[in-house]
Amino acid sequence: VSLSPQLCALMFSWIRASELTFELPDNAKQCFYEDIIIGTKCTLEFQVVTGGHYDVDCRLEDPDGTVLYKEMKKQYDSFTFTASRNGTFKFCFSNEFSTFTHKTVYFDFQVGDDPPLFPNENRVTALTQMESACVSIHEALKSVIDYQTHFRLREAQGRSRAEDLNTRVAFWSIGEAFILLVVSISQVLLLRSFFSDKKTTTTRVGS
Amino acid sequence: MEMKALVFCTGLMLLFAWLSPSQALYFHIGETEKKCFIEEIPDETMVIGRYRTQLWDKQAGSFLPSTPGLGMHVEIKDPDAKIILSRQYGSDGRFTFTSHTPGEHQICLHSNSSKMALFAGGKLRVHLDIQVGENTNNYPEIAAKDKLTELQLRVRQLLDQVEQIQKEQNYQRYREERFRMTSESTNQRVLWWSIAQTIILIITGIWQMRHLKSFFEAKKLV
Repeated sequence: VSLSPQLCALMFSWIRASELTFELPDNAKQCFYEDIIIGTKCTLEFQVVTGGHYDVDCRLEDPDGTVLYKEMKKQYDSFTFTASRNGTFKFCFSNEFSTFTHKTVYFDFQVGDDPPLFPNENRVTALTQMESACVSIHEALKSVIDYQTHFRLREAQGRSRAEDLNTRVAFWSIGEAFILLVVSISQVLLLRSFFSDKKTTTTRVGS
Repeated sequence: MEMKALVFCTGLMLLFAWLSPSQALYFHIGETEKKCFIEEIPDETMVIGRYRTQLWDKQAGSFLPSTPGLGMHVEIKDPDAKIILSRQYGSDGRFTFTSHTPGEHQICLHSNSSKMALFAGGKLRVHLDIQVGENTNNYPEIAAKDKLTELQLRVRQLLDQVEQIQKEQNYQRYREERFRMTSESTNQRVLWWSIAQTIILIITGIWQMRHLKSFFEAKKLV
């Protein structure tokens, strides 16, 4: 069994997943592009990790400009599609609705399936039991890693909210104590000022 | 015969593995713009990043395949904001680092073109691919180096995956501890500040009444 050139070509096609976490400033829009071959099954997953109300606008367009997916103010979503034609697909994240909060966005764009581990994956004989057991364990572990990533992002979100709350509690407590003191002192001063005026009028009436 | 073809294909694959990603995700970057990406990773994890840049050619109306003289400056910061890598690379580059502290590492890229005229009014297309942990392993290369059979290679891959999961779980425990400390601190703060504010309220109330009483007694109204 000799390796055909087509097989060699197959393994060089870069079918892979790209996952990135980036910061999206307020009133900003960030677009990513990828060249996809027709018929490839692709999945786009995104999640907002920190910032404001934890939402972002997302939009996915095909090479013709047709909008395949459009959602406003979404915290997390997953979208699977099959490329209907060859070309550059574009997806954008927009934080234009926000005036001062920066958002951190995570996305995972999976194009096609993972590349096979071996050059001679398309062999004549079937996989042995051990090998197919290894393949199923590999798939299961991949989904474990995927769940771990989502758990980590949700934990980061929760932690960011908790730290926000902590800072807010500190500031508001100090602020409130200060306001309390200012209000009570000014109340007393105001009352004193009322009685000081009244005293001069009574003396005038008396004399 | 099969062995020769296998070695040949593996060799070609290694070559392609080292070349910049030609069909990876890409985005556009302005001249002075700095783009940062965050990688939250456990410690002792390897990260390999590869990028390729293309400059917009106004005359041709398309992107040039590659531009010599165009460089990208890569800066990587660890969770303590300490710079662990700050280097200038060419128009195609490959950077790699291993984390020594668990946490959020920041990878920043900005162009540092030597020919400013080339860039004037144009945009730069950057193809980027960042692989973390187990994905950095090049299995055909490992198989060739250690002379592993198929089954051994598959088991090696599973071992690497499990190791990555274990590291992530450890990191998760450390993060959960931080989260718990923050929540307990908030809890304490809420408790103490409520008590303190009630005391301040009572004290100012008492002070107000005493002060006003002495004031009215002085004014002979009481």
